[in-house]
Amino acid sequence: MSYIEIRNIFKIFGPDPQSALELAKGGADKDEILAKTGHTVGLHDVSLSIEQGETFVVMGLSGSGKSTLIRHLNRLIDPTAGEVSFGGEDILAMDIPTLNAFRRKRLGMVFQRFGLLPHRNVMDNVAYGLEIQGTARKEREAAASKWIERVGLAGYEAKYPDQLSGGMQQRVGLARALATDPEVLLMDEAFSALDPLIRSDMQDELMKLQAELHKTIVFITHDLDEALKIGDRIAILKDGKLVQVGRPEEIVLRPADDYVQAFTRDVNRSRVLRAKSIMEPITSGESQAVNEYWPSIAANARLADILPVALANGTSMTVRDAKDTAIGTLSPQQIVEALEG
Amino acid sequence: MFPEQLNVPLGKWVNQFVDWLVVNYGAAFEAFADSLLTVLVALEQVLRGAPWWVVLIAIAAITWHASKNWKLVVGLVIAMFAIGMLGLWDKAMQTLALMIVATSLSVLIGIPVGIAMAMSNRLRAVMLPILDTMQTMPSFVYLIPALMLFGLGKVPAILATVIYAAPPVMRLTDLGIRLVDQEVLEASRSFGASRKQILFGVQLPLALPNIMAGINQTTMMSISMVVIASMIGARGLGEQVLMGIQRLDVGAGMEAGVAIVLLAVVFDRIGQAYGKRSQRSHDAEDA
Repeated sequence: MSYIEIRNIFKIFGPDPQSALELAKGGADKDEILAKTGHTVGLHDVSLSIEQGETFVVMGLSGSGKSTLIRHLNRLIDPTAGEVSFGGEDILAMDIPTLNAFRRKRLGMVFQRFGLLPHRNVMDNVAYGLEIQGTARKEREAAASKWIERVGLAGYEAKYPDQLSGGMQQRVGLARALATDPEVLLMDEAFSALDPLIRSDMQDELMKLQAELHKTIVFITHDLDEALKIGDRIAILKDGKLVQVGRPEEIVLRPADDYVQAFTRDVNRSRVLRAKSIMEPITSGESQAVNEYWPSIAANARLADILPVALANGTSMTVRDAKDTAIGTLSPQQIVEALEG
Repeated sequence: MFPEQLNVPLGKWVNQFVDWLVVNYGAAFEAFADSLLTVLVALEQVLRGAPWWVVLIAIAAITWHASKNWKLVVGLVIAMFAIGMLGLWDKAMQTLALMIVATSLSVLIGIPVGIAMAMSNRLRAVMLPILDTMQTMPSFVYLIPALMLFGLGKVPAILATVIYAAPPVMRLTDLGIRLVDQEVLEASRSFGASRKQILFGVQLPLALPNIMAGINQTTMMSISMVVIASMIGARGLGEQVLMGIQRLDVGAGMEAGVAIVLLAVVFDRIGQAYGKRSQRSHDAEDA
């Protein structure tokens, strides 16, 4: 069983969700249920398994239910039907004090418009989670200082949120979420409100942090490029239904339907695809296929990094794994085909 | 003519109800009136007993604390001084005492009710028409039952003032809490804050500018009640206005009117300064 299990979640908004639930379970879609009952379907039979330590991205356009979905993980929203569990613990069965204790100790959340407390300075915002837990002032300020420095805001402790730029405010949001040392980081369109350059910086920063911290991150976005960049796995939602779940390359190479295909069309494939997913694999006893004059490339190298090598040599290349064993070959022709899609 | 057989004897019912209250709960009302009167009389004695310059220094200190603006301090001290020059100092202190007690009572009742209204849509739906009624009903109408329950004097004046002046602080407390950014609330819930932690740590601090505006309005409305309150025997500046009306003494009425305006200006400016401070508390710290 995975760390976070979401099973058959339905969320229906309206005065009498149970009545519309039967229709939804019977297979009626969002528009049909809205026309018949006036209820809006937020999530339609969504099941996901999220592993400990992975960065799991949920991608969808506005109205797809992605923000509703992430709010089920800390029960800011309760489902109409379905199950949510963390490490085998059913969070829907928790009473309010248990739920609050669970939120305090195990979850951190980052919001699109930051959700900072405007009447508190950076220090008190970052220390907020610890304050809620009842940690003594000295201790929580020490922890907060560490995270403020970590996100690059040392010296800004006494500033208030409205005195900071958007990017800096979101660094405060990130530090606040990390200060309680949670197992799970929920990020709701955390970088969507930022300028493109700052967004890219924050993505890099998050990946750097994650490489050390190994949190379980659930990241919501409407931007496929962002999803492909930071996600270990990606789930795509449309109209409250799950369309596809897979690794970035699977999404790009094998889109589940026209909807996903349309998304992936404009993606820069050279930044997503890796050597090992498009190479010609060598089966054992076939080592003669490798020419010793071919340049070697790493199995995990992205196409963008391979292209210069390919252009400089004009020959095929040998793909080698971490142990330097030749596991495949890659010809310029294969690269061209992969880029064309 | 409207058919008489359709008349509803609302007046008779209200009379019966008030009679019933007086007969059954007279003692309780009296005890409540006594305790309120004790507070008011003590405050009045302090204000009237203190030398005038002590009161001026107190006003100056409060203004400075609220605004950190010496021009405002000088202006408000001059306004209070002018009241003294009109020969109405003692009466102004009586009015001030009445106003402070009525405003405090309004705020004490108003903020919790406002919080409850923000928490419950149902309570809000019930309260809004009641508040509208409290504000639009001519104040003379509820002076009558207040008189019957508490007799002539200061206590019914305070109660009538509270009924008239409490709605703004209730409305603005409710509004202020409802206007708090949903994402900030979600953030605080997502960190596991309890309802109490959310109320005192997030909702009330962020609603404070609106609550302060409500308190300011409540203060203004309680000043505007002093003339009416004087008709049922509350002393003070209103009494002077009433005397001006009765004796057709335009000058005396005008003097008292000016004094009431000055008093209102002083409290309005102090209230606004506190409101601004609650809004931008950190700018002051930076400066």
